[in-house]
Amino acid sequence: MRWLIAPAVLAAVAAPWLADPYTTATLARILVLGLVAASVALLTGVAGLPTLGQTAPFAAGAYAAATLALHSSSVGVTQLLMGASVGAAFAALTTPLVVYARGVVFLMITLAIGELVVTAASRWRSVTGGTDGLAGMPSPRPLWGLPILDTDRARYLYALAVVGVVLCVVVLLLRGPAGMYLRGCRDDEARMRASGHPVGAYLAIAYIAAGAIAGLAGSLLVTTQQYLSPADFGFDVAALLLLGVVIGGAGSVVGAIAGTAVVLAARDWLSGLLPGRGPLLLGALFIAAAYVLPRLRFMLRRVVA
Amino acid sequence: MNQVDPYLIPALDGVAYGLLLFVVAAGLVLSFGVAGILNLAHGTLYAIGAYVAAILSDGSWLALLLALAVGVGAATAGGAALSGMLAPVPRGDHLTQALLTFGVALAGGSLLVMAFGAENLPVRVPATVDRPVDLAGHAYAGYRLVFIAVAAALALALHAVVTRTRAGMLVRAAVDDPDMVACLGVNPERVRLGVLAASGALAGAAGVLGAPIIGPGPSTAATVLLLSLVVVVLGGRNGHSSVVATLVAALAVGQIQTLGVALAPTAAPFLLFAAMAAVLAARSHGLIRRWSPA
Repeated sequence: MRWLIAPAVLAAVAAPWLADPYTTATLARILVLGLVAASVALLTGVAGLPTLGQTAPFAAGAYAAATLALHSSSVGVTQLLMGASVGAAFAALTTPLVVYARGVVFLMITLAIGELVVTAASRWRSVTGGTDGLAGMPSPRPLWGLPILDTDRARYLYALAVVGVVLCVVVLLLRGPAGMYLRGCRDDEARMRASGHPVGAYLAIAYIAAGAIAGLAGSLLVTTQQYLSPADFGFDVAALLLLGVVIGGAGSVVGAIAGTAVVLAARDWLSGLLPGRGPLLLGALFIAAAYVLPRLRFMLRRVVA
Repeated sequence: MNQVDPYLIPALDGVAYGLLLFVVAAGLVLSFGVAGILNLAHGTLYAIGAYVAAILSDGSWLALLLALAVGVGAATAGGAALSGMLAPVPRGDHLTQALLTFGVALAGGSLLVMAFGAENLPVRVPATVDRPVDLAGHAYAGYRLVFIAVAAALALALHAVVTRTRAGMLVRAAVDDPDMVACLGVNPERVRLGVLAASGALAGAAGVLGAPIIGPGPSTAATVLLLSLVVVVLGGRNGHSSVVATLVAALAVGQIQTLGVALAPTAAPFLLFAAMAAVLAARSHGLIRRWSPA
């Protein structure tokens, strides 16, 4: 699959010149959700903690960056840092809730956290605008002194650059000892403990790092979409991300982005196919994926081997 | 009047709400604890019961009984069908189970909206209890008092079944050591089928009886699923006392949702969060480690 990366990057860079502004904005949104999916893959695939709650730090980072954009700074980098640090802080605060849970318990607690955040976002009107959402965030300039990102193409390329840098950092880190420790915790926790590794601390760090990535993606969402509402962080988004990660091959951070792109494209295609029946078809897609994917992966492995 | 007085009605509402959540969450605990399945379609089974109640109820007791029979039957069948759909998925594959049950919830919710419309449906309660009752100088909805009595009886019955009967013994054994239960000759497939059907029956019963409290509408399934998830997280799974622990957690969540909102309206969105954080932080490491690692 590695030979696919170079053409994919080329296509991603060329896309805004080939597509109309609406499609470009949609692609930017896919990139942002893909980055959240990468954080889901980091937890689910690499660290072995299946999560439905990465929409929570995503939302925290997005609302923090939006508040910053509305009231003081229109510099992209500060917004990104704000989103990442608030996402990390949110994850750090919720770490005691999740760190001793594994497997399906982790799935359940993260789902509860994600849903509670959406509920809070729709009620805390003074900060989040409630269900009406927040609008009117100005386009940022990427760095001090650079021009303002005032076209869909510029915002897309900015998002692409940020996502690219973050992904490279994550992939490089996962190739080193950090990735080995996390995979060790996933595959044989008892053995890791017996060898003297502080498994809880490793997983807590992974959880906080995933929160930072999701929060950073939240601030990118503010830039690309310029509108926030609690619906951006709902349970269905969390489930779509999980499906994207599973399709991308749970252990692969880059695959998560590709998987999310496939899932979002399928969702938009399905809801265009039969207007008003989108959720029904999407539900059918989830059910079908649950049956087909394990078999497909098995067959792929046979073909490759 | 004294200072407690204005909070009497919210507190009583909280008891009704909590008992409703207990019946739903008991079903979730059952499928989660025994079969290891996080059933994301559990709220949809509740919604089926609530819609049945809204369609069949006409203000007579007979109609309520009929709705109860139909609603419980439909939700039980739904749970059994879910068990059939989950059969090809390996036991430990939580991700695939979550995707599958989420797909069922999404498609099922969409089908319910197609069948019954996108509005919240009104539910009629039996005429004899459809009037306010005088309670220490306050008017209180008569049906809620009946509901509190029925749900409390249901909770007692559930406790008796889990602690005193052979089926309950099997359930407790399957929570403790599913492999050993399988070795003793009990078919795990049938355990899962029975557990998911019983869990559906509980959700359906809660849906029919609780429809006047959490009514049928497009957002019902998600609300019920979230609140019962919080109850399950708070209640934990302390071996044999899980019925009692779930009941306490459900009553606490009920009070937070009614009395808490009346006492501290501005903090309302964060109260559930705070409760979850406080309970999970207070519980020692050792207790939580007894939760299923798989």
